[in-house]
Amino acid sequence: MSGARVPVEDRTRFLERRELKTTRVLSLIGLVLLWELLARIGWVPRLFLPAPSSVAGEAVEMVASGELFRYLGSSLLRLGLGFALGALAGIVIGMAVGIASLAEAVVMPVIAATFPIPKIALLPLLILWLGIGEPPKVAVIALGVFFPMAINSFTGVRNADPLLARAAVSFGAGRWSVIRKVMLPSALPMIFAGLKLGAGTALLLLVAAEMIGAESGIGFLILHAQNIMETTKLMVGIVVLSLLGILSHWVLTRLERLAIPWKHN
Amino acid sequence: MRVVIERLSKTYGDRSGKSVEALQSIDLGVEEEEFLAIVGPSGCGKSTLLNIIAGLLAPSEGGVFFEGLRDGWHPPTAMVFQEFALFPWRTVLGNIEFGLEERGVAAEERHARAMRLVELVGLVGFEERYPNQLSGGMRQRVGIARALAVEPAVLLMDEPFSALDAQTRQLLQVELLAIWERTRKTILYVTHNIQEAVFMADRVAVLSRRPGRLIAIVPVELGRPRREAMLGDARFLHTVDLIWGLIKADAQQALAEGGS
Repeated sequence: MSGARVPVEDRTRFLERRELKTTRVLSLIGLVLLWELLARIGWVPRLFLPAPSSVAGEAVEMVASGELFRYLGSSLLRLGLGFALGALAGIVIGMAVGIASLAEAVVMPVIAATFPIPKIALLPLLILWLGIGEPPKVAVIALGVFFPMAINSFTGVRNADPLLARAAVSFGAGRWSVIRKVMLPSALPMIFAGLKLGAGTALLLLVAAEMIGAESGIGFLILHAQNIMETTKLMVGIVVLSLLGILSHWVLTRLERLAIPWKHN
Repeated sequence: MRVVIERLSKTYGDRSGKSVEALQSIDLGVEEEEFLAIVGPSGCGKSTLLNIIAGLLAPSEGGVFFEGLRDGWHPPTAMVFQEFALFPWRTVLGNIEFGLEERGVAAEERHARAMRLVELVGLVGFEERYPNQLSGGMRQRVGIARALAVEPAVLLMDEPFSALDAQTRQLLQVELLAIWERTRKTILYVTHNIQEAVFMADRVAVLSRRPGRLIAIVPVELGRPRREAMLGDARFLHTVDLIWGLIKADAQQALAEGGS
């Protein structure tokens, strides 16, 4: 047989996804440099967009004077307390609802009815109930964390493989053993997904609550700096918040790896 | 100890109110140290039967009895599952120790017993692995070790090797036979694979298609220990043919109706 010899080529090449590590880093650095440049040549007034270098300088000063830690301290207290309370309640109630049909019948309609309420809308009511101090701020954060935690824990328990529960029973496990040794570990990945979701919500509600009625905290810093036209301080507040978001995500990812070693080996 | 299955029936009610008869009046006795296989076409209720014996399902009529049960044996059965059903969050050792934990065996003894079983099923060096780091064949070895760890009076095996590839299956069949030679456990072995049933068992109980009735108990005339060479033995082939003849029509019907 005659004719040309045609080599077979891999036709899926364009489907490949490359990692491009350096480009990832350069993209971020490029953004900051562009911002610095824009501020330096004066296209944008410094009042509206201070240069990254002056934001960094301001941050160093605020750290040195201890000012930043005062704001950060009260924010972290609210955040930690609200997050812990909401997460704990969410996990316990969510798991109970996932396990016991009575709990599901009682709690699920309540959750379905109250879940769509934007939690920040409850802050005035919470202030009315709990006074103007820390409790309403902590409570609104706890509420915001509670819902994703409860729903995720519930889903996690519900998605537990019934075969594993039956296997556990076949080896003599009772109700509590199945909950502790099958349901809980089955739900852990969903619980951690809920914690990450809740951490974002908590940060959002923290800032909102501090902007509505507080004399301290990062949210207050941002609002106050805007009032007196100190845009660099405002920017420091925003950067600190984004760092808080990154940090909480990182810590939770670390914890997740420790708690769910079987998924990462 | 004997396992006695008496007039056992199981009827499932589905949502539309129709009832499906899975098992119909099964009478069967399993002797001590016997290796009994249960074969049948798909939808004959053989897994249902095993689950009732394991206490994971209530029968509609009749019952299962353990005769001559020494006390302290609770539950007297241990199950090996088709889909392995290993706990993904437990290591090989953790999985093997599970049943011992539930029986309140002290940590030290649990560990010692689990290590002996790791050796028995050939998993030395894999003790700290998680199930998702093991091949299918290794996972089922863990499943077998987990079941043997509680020293059950009866070992229940629900198509234990049917999720494995053919080569692994044959290797594990031989391994299981070797383990049986050493431990002489009473084994109830459910499979749809006639060759496997005949190769491994002392007797083969043949179930019909829905409703599952016991249509024959076929003794296997092969010596022990079984060897792979026996797969070509005339008696082996004859017994396989005999059983296939008993269920072929049912199996064809199952195929035509779209299986279970």
